[in-house]
Amino acid sequence: MAQVSLRKIVKAYEGDVQAVKGINLEIDDHEFVVLVGPSGCGKSTTLRMIAGLEEITDGEIAIGGAVVNDIPPRDRDIAMVFQNYALYPHMSVYDNMAFGLTLRKFPKAEIDKRVKEAARILDITPLLERKPKALSGGQRQRVAMGRAIVRDPKVFLFDEPLSNLDAKLRVQMRTEIKKVHQTVRTTTVYVTHDQVEAMTLADRVVVMNQGIIEQVGPPQELYHHPATKFVAGFIGSPAMNFMPARLEEASGALNVTLANGTSLPVPDSRSARYRPHVGKALLFGIRPEHLTDEKTMDKDNLAPLSLTPEVIEPMGMETLAHFRQDGAEITARLDPATPAEVGVPLRLLAHMDQMHLIDPTNDKVL
Amino acid sequence: MSATAAGRDIPGIYHKAGSLRSERRWAMWTAYVSLIIAAIIFLAPPFYMLVTSFKTNAEIADYSLNPWLIRSPTFEHYAAILSNPIFIRFFINSCIVTACVVVLTMVISVLAAFALARMRFWGSQVLATGVFLTYLVPDTLLFIPLYQIVGGLGLLNSVWGLVLVYPTLTVPFCTWIMIGYFASIPKELDEAALIDGANWMQMLLKIFVPVAMPGIIAATIFAFTVSWAAFVYPTAFVTTAEQMPLTIGVVSQLVRGDTFAWGQIMAGALMAALPPVIIYAFLMDYYIAGLTAGATKG
Repeated sequence: MAQVSLRKIVKAYEGDVQAVKGINLEIDDHEFVVLVGPSGCGKSTTLRMIAGLEEITDGEIAIGGAVVNDIPPRDRDIAMVFQNYALYPHMSVYDNMAFGLTLRKFPKAEIDKRVKEAARILDITPLLERKPKALSGGQRQRVAMGRAIVRDPKVFLFDEPLSNLDAKLRVQMRTEIKKVHQTVRTTTVYVTHDQVEAMTLADRVVVMNQGIIEQVGPPQELYHHPATKFVAGFIGSPAMNFMPARLEEASGALNVTLANGTSLPVPDSRSARYRPHVGKALLFGIRPEHLTDEKTMDKDNLAPLSLTPEVIEPMGMETLAHFRQDGAEITARLDPATPAEVGVPLRLLAHMDQMHLIDPTNDKVL
Repeated sequence: MSATAAGRDIPGIYHKAGSLRSERRWAMWTAYVSLIIAAIIFLAPPFYMLVTSFKTNAEIADYSLNPWLIRSPTFEHYAAILSNPIFIRFFINSCIVTACVVVLTMVISVLAAFALARMRFWGSQVLATGVFLTYLVPDTLLFIPLYQIVGGLGLLNSVWGLVLVYPTLTVPFCTWIMIGYFASIPKELDEAALIDGANWMQMLLKIFVPVAMPGIIAATIFAFTVSWAAFVYPTAFVTTAEQMPLTIGVVSQLVRGDTFAWGQIMAGALMAALPPVIIYAFLMDYYIAGLTAGATKG
C-alpha cells in the first residue's frame, strides 16, 4: 500500500511532441483514482510512466515516498492489468497468476495460498487448470486481475481493462473491480476513456485533456461543479448543452438572455458570483437532465423555454429530445409519458439552480 | 426496352455467367488439374530414383526397356551402400554438421530476433532489414571469399569448416522468420512479464520461446534442410572422403571418371533424402503455422 506522487511530469516524444505537459497529482494510500479523457489526452502515457514502461522526460514519480524514475518496472512493486489481458497463452490460469511470485522466488506453499485466495475472491477457482484460450473475455480479465492481486503490490494500475468486453459484461466487471478494491484496498490508478466507468469507480476522477489535468475531484464534484468547459462537456451523458448567451441585469435581478431573445432568470444564490460578468457574451451550460418538461414542476427556480424537437429518442425510462437552437445542438431529458413530437414546439423548463456560465475567452466555468 | 424488361433481363445475364455452385465446381477442377500437373512434375524425379534404385545394373543399362518399370527388383544397391563403411561415415558427417548448425543457428537467430524485434535500440530496424539482405547473396558468390576465411582458419577438409560456414546460409533467414514471429506477439505480454519481475533473459526463455514454438520449429526445419542438403560449400571446402557429408559423398564416391554407378547413386540419394522427408511429415503443421504467423497477425 502506498501513496503515488506525480510532480511536474513531462513526456515528450521525438519531434518535440509533448504527450504529457508537466502534470502534478497526489494519490493517497488506498485511494481509487481514475484518469479519464479522450484519446491522445496522455492518460495511458501517464499510467505507463508510473508503471515504468515509458521513460519520464522530466519531473518525478514517487511510489510510497521513494522516487522511482530510474527504477525498472519489476522493482516498483506495482501490478498492471492490460486492455487485452496480456495473459501468457502457454500457461494455465494457475501458472499465469503464480508467475510473478515464482520469479520472485516465493515458497511454493505461499504461492499456492495466494493464488487460491485470489481465485476465491474473483470466483475463478474452477478455471485454475485451464489455458487462457479456453476462457471467455470476462474470465480472462478476472485472471488478469488475479495476477495483479496475488502479488499484493503497493499499487494497482489498470489500463482500460474493460474496453475489450461487451457492454453487459463491462457493467458486470465494473462492479467486480469495485468489489475487489473494497476487499483489498490497494491504491489504484485506473485509466479509461469512458466517463461512466470513471464516475462509478473512482474515489477521485482526474480529467485529462491534451496532456494536462483539467480538474481533479470526487465524481459528484466534477458533475456538479466542473471547472472548465471541457470537464462540463466530458462528464455526464448525454453531454451538457452549451448555448450562446448574454448576462443582463434588469431592476436588480440577473437574467441569461439567449440568442433568440429568451430570458432566463438567474437564481439569487448565484447573483453575487455572476454580477461582475454582466454585459458579457457567455456560454450558458445546462445538462439534459436539468432541461426537462413540466412533469417536474415541484422544483424551485424553473425557467420556461420553448424549443422544437428535431429528433425524439424514446429510451424506455426516459425520452431524449434533440433540438437545434442558434447553431447549438441541445438535448433534453423528458418524462417518457410526455407527448413530444418532431416539429411541434415543446415547452421545457430549465432548472436554473443547476445552470453554469462559461467564459468563452478562457473556457473557465464562472 | 422498358425498365421492367431490363430488370427481368439482369438475372438472365447472371445465369449465363454461371451460378456460384457451378463457378465453384469450375474453380475446383482448375485447382485439381494444376495441382496434379505440379505433383507429377515434382514427384517424377524422386519416383524415377526409386524405380532405378531397385533395378539391376543390366536393366538400367538396357535402353530398350521402359525406364519407369522394374522387371527384376533387387536390393543390391541398398545392400552395397549400407555395407560400405564410407557411406556410413558420410551419414555421420552429415548428422554432426547438421546438428551443430541447427543448434548454432537457433541460438543465434532466437537471440538476434528477440533483440531486433523487442529491444528498441538505435538502428534496430536497419539491422533487421540488413540481416535479411545478407540472405539474398547467393552461396555461389560467397564461397570464394569464404574459402579464404576457412582456409586461413585451417578448417578446409573438415566438417568443422562446414559448421562454421553453413550458418551464413541459415542464420539470416531463421532470424527473419523469428523476427516476424516475435513481432506478432503482443507487446503487452512482455510488459506484463517485465512488471511480473522478469529480466530480459527470463522473458525470452519463459515467455517468448514457448509462445513462439511454432516459429522456432519452422526455423529449425529450415536450418535442418539447408544444412542437410548443402552442396556448393562442401564441394568447395571438402575434398577428402573421410570428411564429406552425404550430398557430395554419394556423388564423389559413386562416380568414377565417366562411370556412374546409377543404382547406388539413386539408392544413396534416396536414403540421404529420407531424414528431411520424415521431419517434414511430422512437423508440417508447425512449419506452416510458423511461416504464416507474422503475415496473419501483423
